[in-house]
Amino acid sequence: MDLTDVLVSAALTIITAATPLAFAALGELVVEKAGVLNLGVEGMMIVGAVMAFATGVTTESAVLAIIVGALSGALISVVFGFLVLIMMSNQVATGLALTIFGLGLSALAGHGFVGKTFAGLPPLNIPFMSEIPIVGPIIFGQDGMVYLSIFMAFAIAWFLTKSRAGLILRAVGESHDAAHAIGYSVIRIRFVAILFGGAMAGLGGSYLSLAYTPLWVENMTAGRGWIALALVVFAAWRPWRALFGAYLFGGISIIQLHIQGVGLSVPSQLLSMLPYLVTIGVLVFISRGSVRQRLSAPGSLGKSFYAAS
Amino acid sequence: MRIEARTEISKPMIYAAPIVAVVLTMLAGIVLFEIMGHDPFQALHTFFVAPVSSLDGLAELGVKGTPLILIAVGLSFGFRANVWNIGAEGQLTIGGLAGGALALAFYDVDSPFLLPGMLVVAALGGMAWAAIPAFLKTRFNANEILTSLMLTYVGLLVLSMLIHGPMKDPDGMNFPESRLFHDAALLPHMIEGTRLHIGFLIAIAVVATAWIVLGRHIIGFQIRVLGMAPRAASFAGFSHNKIVWLSFMVAGAAAGVAGILEIAGPLGQVVPVISPGYGFTAIIVAFVGRLHPVGIFFAGLVMALSYLGGENAQIEMNMPNAVTGVFQGMLLFFLLGCDVLIKYRLRLT
Repeated sequence: MDLTDVLVSAALTIITAATPLAFAALGELVVEKAGVLNLGVEGMMIVGAVMAFATGVTTESAVLAIIVGALSGALISVVFGFLVLIMMSNQVATGLALTIFGLGLSALAGHGFVGKTFAGLPPLNIPFMSEIPIVGPIIFGQDGMVYLSIFMAFAIAWFLTKSRAGLILRAVGESHDAAHAIGYSVIRIRFVAILFGGAMAGLGGSYLSLAYTPLWVENMTAGRGWIALALVVFAAWRPWRALFGAYLFGGISIIQLHIQGVGLSVPSQLLSMLPYLVTIGVLVFISRGSVRQRLSAPGSLGKSFYAAS
Repeated sequence: MRIEARTEISKPMIYAAPIVAVVLTMLAGIVLFEIMGHDPFQALHTFFVAPVSSLDGLAELGVKGTPLILIAVGLSFGFRANVWNIGAEGQLTIGGLAGGALALAFYDVDSPFLLPGMLVVAALGGMAWAAIPAFLKTRFNANEILTSLMLTYVGLLVLSMLIHGPMKDPDGMNFPESRLFHDAALLPHMIEGTRLHIGFLIAIAVVATAWIVLGRHIIGFQIRVLGMAPRAASFAGFSHNKIVWLSFMVAGAAAGVAGILEIAGPLGQVVPVISPGYGFTAIIVAFVGRLHPVGIFFAGLVMALSYLGGENAQIEMNMPNAVTGVFQGMLLFFLLGCDVLIKYRLRLT
């Protein structure tokens, strides 16, 4: 295997590692833009992962598995939306509850699927294009989910800046009282955003259990939902930067595998710490200019909305 | 039906909400067991009654409750002030490792000072780990939820690294476990023949101390003001950074002690998994206990029961252990839902 092969395979693994993060981070970005902080990303991802895997194994249909993964992520986010929006519960605590509940529920649902395997997602392999050396397999040889994640970044960027609905969503996130006063239904808009975030986290989870490591293991998300939350801060709530961040983190989590492959005598645990340590480092770096961060964060983020009149 | 703001918060609802939540969780449990194809009433009996119908079971309740109560009391300081330390699991791990390292370093020493020394070192270890998010929050304004959680993963990897390396028993056939502690490093038992150790008394002492500090001391007042009205707190000259540090130090120390109590208590050695998620479950305990030390004491015992029930259901009914997590998540959901009635009332229209 020569150097280009190594680089190509590294690039391919980075893409597979980045895609689940990209889905989850982009979904959470929209939720936060609507003014809701959903800390349950990890829980929604893992529920998406187990449901997608179970569907994939029983029906052998990748498309159906992905759809079920997204739907189950959205379904479980309904609980969060109901508590946070209708019952006006504390968003931080409710998000944590969603994560704990999701981890438990997924372990329960996945009990019978431990040890089973799934064929993985087939690459789209655009004819001729994917046979171009180096660039071909990287750009044209991915599975559909990778292209979908990139498309979503594009679509969300357009939606938030160019569409009327997106501007309304941002208005709700910036000042729910003002948005309410001019007649927008804050609760309804936020609920839709939460459902979307749930579906995206479900997609991210599906990708983990269908493509990244096509099997089911308890707690297999291993903190990726939380890294996705950090990516939103890192991205200063901008979709393209969230996508870039996902690839950056995908790269970091792959480096550890390759260092191990080269045979450096570093304890594997030390390398596994890398993504978490880098997340902390990035958070510190981003947050230190606190004024700028405060300016880019949605104004009503994390606050409950009660229509007094 | 509509939800209407109350002019004043409802005191009775503060205490009624957790009880209603427990009842609702039980009802949801019946549905869950039905779906899973078990007889719901037999399952509930296996889950919540059978584990505590013997002295041994009651002692186990104390064993499991001890870390939960300790950590939750520690966390409640921060939660009251809107400081969100959710990395107690990592602080527990590092504290336990620090205390365990001391025990292994003085493996041959038979001294009455060893155990107290381990407790102190464990508290310091937990505080050191908690100091990182506190520092990053106060100095760089980095979100403490994310940093403390990331450090949990790092902490668990530190444990894995040490237990596969320097802490491994030299005569242990390469198993990732430390040597078994000698008696001088093990917690004395409170009831002979059970696993209930004196850590339970430590938990009770911490509950009492926290009750006094939060209820009677100026620090407790500052914490509450900061949580309820941050602007008022800053006008009154209460330092936000000081409260952040205090919250993290209290929680880190409590979690660290909880870690060494596990290692020097029921485990008796350092193993790859010190806690079955006590650091996360304690978050639920803190809320169910209304962030009040006495409430947390009872909530901790209820949550300990969910662990025992899960284990029992695994043995007796071949249910996956994960049922515990589902119950715990549901309980918090129901509680948060019921909490709306503290500040709002339902009005039929």
